[in-house]
Amino acid sequence: MNENASDLDCIKVNKKFGDFTAVNNVSFSVPKGSFFSILGPSGCGKTTLLRMVAGFIEPSAGDILIKGKSVVNEPPNKRPVNMVFQHLALFPMMNIYENIAFGLKRRGEDSATIKQKVGEVLERVGLPGVEERQADQLSGGQKQRIAIARCMVLDPDVLLLDEPLGALDLKLREHMKVELKKLQSEFNTTFIYITHDQSEALVMSDQVAVMNEGIFEQVGTSRELYYNPKTAFVAGFVGESNQWSGIVETVKKDSVKIRTNDGFTLIAQTNGEVIKKGQNVKAFVRPESVLLGLKANDIAKMENKIKGVVGNVLFNGANSRVLVRNPKDGAEIDVAIPQTGEFASLNKGQEIHIGWQHDQATCFTVKEDIQQ
Amino acid sequence: MIGPRTKLGLILLMSPLLLWLTTLIIIPHLDMLYVSLREKVGVRLYEFGFGNYMTFFTEPLYWNTFARTAYMSIFATFLTLLIGFPIAYYIAKIAKGRMKMALFLLCLVPFWVSELVRTFGWMILLRETGVISSFLQWSGVVNQPIEMLYNDGAIMVGLVYTSMLFMVVPLITTLDSLDDSLIEAGYDLGGNGFSIMKNIVIPHAIPGIVTGSIVVFMLSLGNYLTPILLGGKSSLWFTGMIYSQFITRFNWEQGAAFGFLLLGLSSLIVWLGLKFSGQTLAKTMG
Repeated sequence: MNENASDLDCIKVNKKFGDFTAVNNVSFSVPKGSFFSILGPSGCGKTTLLRMVAGFIEPSAGDILIKGKSVVNEPPNKRPVNMVFQHLALFPMMNIYENIAFGLKRRGEDSATIKQKVGEVLERVGLPGVEERQADQLSGGQKQRIAIARCMVLDPDVLLLDEPLGALDLKLREHMKVELKKLQSEFNTTFIYITHDQSEALVMSDQVAVMNEGIFEQVGTSRELYYNPKTAFVAGFVGESNQWSGIVETVKKDSVKIRTNDGFTLIAQTNGEVIKKGQNVKAFVRPESVLLGLKANDIAKMENKIKGVVGNVLFNGANSRVLVRNPKDGAEIDVAIPQTGEFASLNKGQEIHIGWQHDQATCFTVKEDIQQ
Repeated sequence: MIGPRTKLGLILLMSPLLLWLTTLIIIPHLDMLYVSLREKVGVRLYEFGFGNYMTFFTEPLYWNTFARTAYMSIFATFLTLLIGFPIAYYIAKIAKGRMKMALFLLCLVPFWVSELVRTFGWMILLRETGVISSFLQWSGVVNQPIEMLYNDGAIMVGLVYTSMLFMVVPLITTLDSLDDSLIEAGYDLGGNGFSIMKNIVIPHAIPGIVTGSIVVFMLSLGNYLTPILLGGKSSLWFTGMIYSQFITRFNWEQGAAFGFLLLGLSSLIVWLGLKFSGQTLAKTMG
């Protein structure tokens, strides 16, 4: 492993709480200066993993290296990492200056240097001159930036962020996503960001790890995760999908035919997996991959064709969807409406044709006991 | 806008409190004030004057006793805080779940017994023929009985023990409200146990410390049983003086004046304490 290339390496990190394995032999490395996100549902072990890197939890097994140096035996106040807490944890008993100066004072820097550094970091996060204010006099977004400034002033090797946008309202969250990404490239520090919100992870990150039940399902760029999910969990968790569970009926060179439990058949591609006849699989189709047609002719070239009925139109501006009832199994299929005007007047109950090619549907083998 | 109905409701709700305040606090105090301002000039002959108050300042024994009571109480408060803070911190921040409840209950349990019984308990431990003395003789550390009662140390032990709960409870409440992530953030930013205690935990706990200290100080200053029983004749506690004026000397005028002086002087000390620590009563109670 090239030690200069990565800021953080986790090697087979494991954490057990009694019989429960929160983090199960996770290994990954984060290249210097990158924005790395860990995305997963609550309870997947991402917070435990982050707290192990910060030093608040000791791993049961495995090693954590920062800039090639093991930190497992170092207490949190000696590690070259800092953390932005979920609720930011700005000290309410101190003003902004004292909050940011706290870490510098602990390092024993002299007061002139501290004053200069605090001024500089406030400048960089775009909040010059707020030194004398109290934390509760700032807005949510400003507090966020102070919390980052408080860590960045210490010039850590790795900055950990524990869902810091969770408490903000939607508009501000959208704004802070862009802001965080900008701050990250400005400071050029490695950010490890954990979240359950896929859009936060996809928008900001260079690399995203999708975590589920203590393991990393897939690590890759946002694009890879979205277009080439490697597991059923990633396909279902990242982005929107229509899902079908079924049994493989026939296997061809590059496609399989699946019959669902309700008797609906569809043709899908495999994702490098060897799939045999009779196996249980789950197939995923993105709403935007489905072609809509008013006439049967419009979708004539598609391998999967359904003549359905408009169940509901979910109008949401550019992200509008139509739920098409599939007469073969009674389920509703989520389809994105193209913004060409052709489908502007879809009505409930109207007959409609939908279709997709086999390579727009991806299937994964699943264990038999998983029923969702 | 307060309508007539709401107003009636308010009066009805307030009346038990007002009744309690007037009959049990205000009326007796007004009467005490009246009694304290009477100077006895002959048999059943009184006239208005501040003579009873002057006695306190002209007779060294009285104000010396008061000063002693005050500084002993301040010291007891300080000791209680010193012992109570780690206990409260442990219960609020370190103990979890059932352990937390159990420890809190352990602090509470002694207070199910009356103060008198608890004080007698200490007498059993500390007296010449008591448990500690016997144990020391048995183990050969000392070769004759030792008397540990009837000195300032015994009074201090009793006062601290009696007041502990009143310090621990407000401290637990404030420490409980301290977000753990603030402590973690302190460590994360390079702080150690000492700097986090000094810069984060104690500043946060100030309201609890002040509340607890005021309560403990007032309880110690106004305590009668513990100093008399554990300190004996040499206790020289101001409440003892008041008692002897009322009961032994049958000088209600003097006793009432002492009572008011105790109220005034203790309020003054609390006020000075608040000023000194930069707190206000409103901030502490809110």
